[in-house]
Amino acid sequence: MRALLANRRAALGALLVGLAAFAALFAPFLTPFGPDKPDFTAILSGPSATHLLGTDDLGRDMLTRTLYGARVSLLVGFLSVASSLVIGAMLGAVAGYAGRWTDAVIMRLMDVIFAFPSVLLALAITAALGPSLTNAILAIAVVNLPVFARIARAQTLVVRSLDFVEAKRALGFGPVNILLRTVLPNITAPLIVQGSLLFAMAIITESYLSFLGLGAQPPTATWGNMLRNSIAFLDLAPWMAWFSGLAIFVSVLGFNLLGDALRDALDPRNN
Amino acid sequence: MAGFLVLRIASLIPILIGASVVVFLLTRLIPGDPVLALLGMEATDEAIEALRIRFALDQPMPIQYLAWLGSILTGDFGRSIQSGREVFPMLTEAFLPTVWLSLAATAVSLAIAIPAGVIAATRRDTAADYSVSFIALCGLSMPSFWLGVLLILAFSIHVPILPASGYVPPGDDFLGFLRHLVLPALTLGTALAAAVMRMTRSTMLEVLDADYVRTARAKGLRQRTVIWRHAFGNAQIPIVTLLGIQFGQLLGGVVITETVFSWPGIGKLTVDAIFARDYPVVQGAVLLTAGLFVLLNLLTDVLYTLIDPRLRLS
Repeated sequence: MRALLANRRAALGALLVGLAAFAALFAPFLTPFGPDKPDFTAILSGPSATHLLGTDDLGRDMLTRTLYGARVSLLVGFLSVASSLVIGAMLGAVAGYAGRWTDAVIMRLMDVIFAFPSVLLALAITAALGPSLTNAILAIAVVNLPVFARIARAQTLVVRSLDFVEAKRALGFGPVNILLRTVLPNITAPLIVQGSLLFAMAIITESYLSFLGLGAQPPTATWGNMLRNSIAFLDLAPWMAWFSGLAIFVSVLGFNLLGDALRDALDPRNN
Repeated sequence: MAGFLVLRIASLIPILIGASVVVFLLTRLIPGDPVLALLGMEATDEAIEALRIRFALDQPMPIQYLAWLGSILTGDFGRSIQSGREVFPMLTEAFLPTVWLSLAATAVSLAIAIPAGVIAATRRDTAADYSVSFIALCGLSMPSFWLGVLLILAFSIHVPILPASGYVPPGDDFLGFLRHLVLPALTLGTALAAAVMRMTRSTMLEVLDADYVRTARAKGLRQRTVIWRHAFGNAQIPIVTLLGIQFGQLLGGVVITETVFSWPGIGKLTVDAIFARDYPVVQGAVLLTAGLFVLLNLLTDVLYTLIDPRLRLS
């Protein structure tokens, strides 16, 4: 029963993530409108046959902007999580394998990043570097770094003392070879699970940043800046607030479901 | 206990120093002249020269940092570019609304999460369990500003019974204060509730399997006593830990919620200052929040050693 349900959860997660990916890839083919093209004859018009989700204050089609918004969210999520995972895994593996002062220096640095609430640090970084898509990716990657580093370090400590690693060391393989060829492949599973869950977090954080005007700049459509834009028109055009938020919710839920299912599948305690 | 406290507090010092270095470097990353960034474009030549000397800007970076740290440690966070007011009293004014909001959000989340988590665990693998777990996952996936906007739409626009934004100090008009507090507290409390509920469920599941719970049942104790006294009593440590960590993250979530509801706390102060390029205020608010965050983590540690004395030994 549980396994069946886990499968159903994984399937739902994959479906929701697939939906967002489909929107991002095929946005131009799914809609006759341009995402940034104003239409001053259709300002703030409600959902209709022409504009299924209505239009915004510049007469731009909300469905089109929601579809295009998937591009920014998935791009930021993927690039920030991938870079953070790779760098964090390396830092953590080196810290765990080398031990002593290398370990101490790397992990204290990670502790410093952990000394800030993650949203606030991402906010401060983008505020200092200037608002842009690249800086949003960078900021989200930095705040996630310690999570991956800690997991990689803990896993490396376990793997380091296993027989096959000892054997390679006895055969005279150097630390770089052992780290890349033996340790890293054996610590990836929990990193990937965490990556999926942090992908969800990254989408939310990106939407926060662009909600505050610190992400990709207008006229680029992002779910966050669409919501920000909707606040001024809540009583006139409530539909503006519905769908960009729904899009965030649905794709984040998708990644969370996938992450949970992956974790259950990889956690031996559940079998 | 005293020895543990001293050790634990001492371990905070390098982290706090590191955090201050990060904030210092961030203010130096701002493109352009940091003095102009801190004083604003309309600063007089004398003021610029005075700040240059005080921040030792002609000296190497490490000395600049020490000069900066010196003024921060004496409580001198500089003056707001926008209002010309000292930053420190601005921070203390914004502090209280944030505390009220965080406490209310925590209360909301505990009131939802603990019963829901216990129900899910005691009825493991039933429809009730699955529904509660799925709702919690939805709560975790909910971007809090969207929830905030939906609540405003529902309770301030469609059925206008609660104010959409603003703040009334509790001393002036307590009822008005509560009315303004409801929507932001619900918004902020939901994400927290989801995380606490998941932790409550999984910890309760582990504890319900334990021998002492079986013993308690075998003694013929009432179901309610077994669940709440014997099982839940022992499930508290991970929940308190998680609550401590989440409460810290709440300080981040506060930024968004306060902005949506124009709640005049630290979060809104930070965001407003970012937009006004009011860097002394941004710097002070970020430092204060990081300091609080670190202190909360300390408090969590201390709290769970109080709940579980075994942890003091390690």
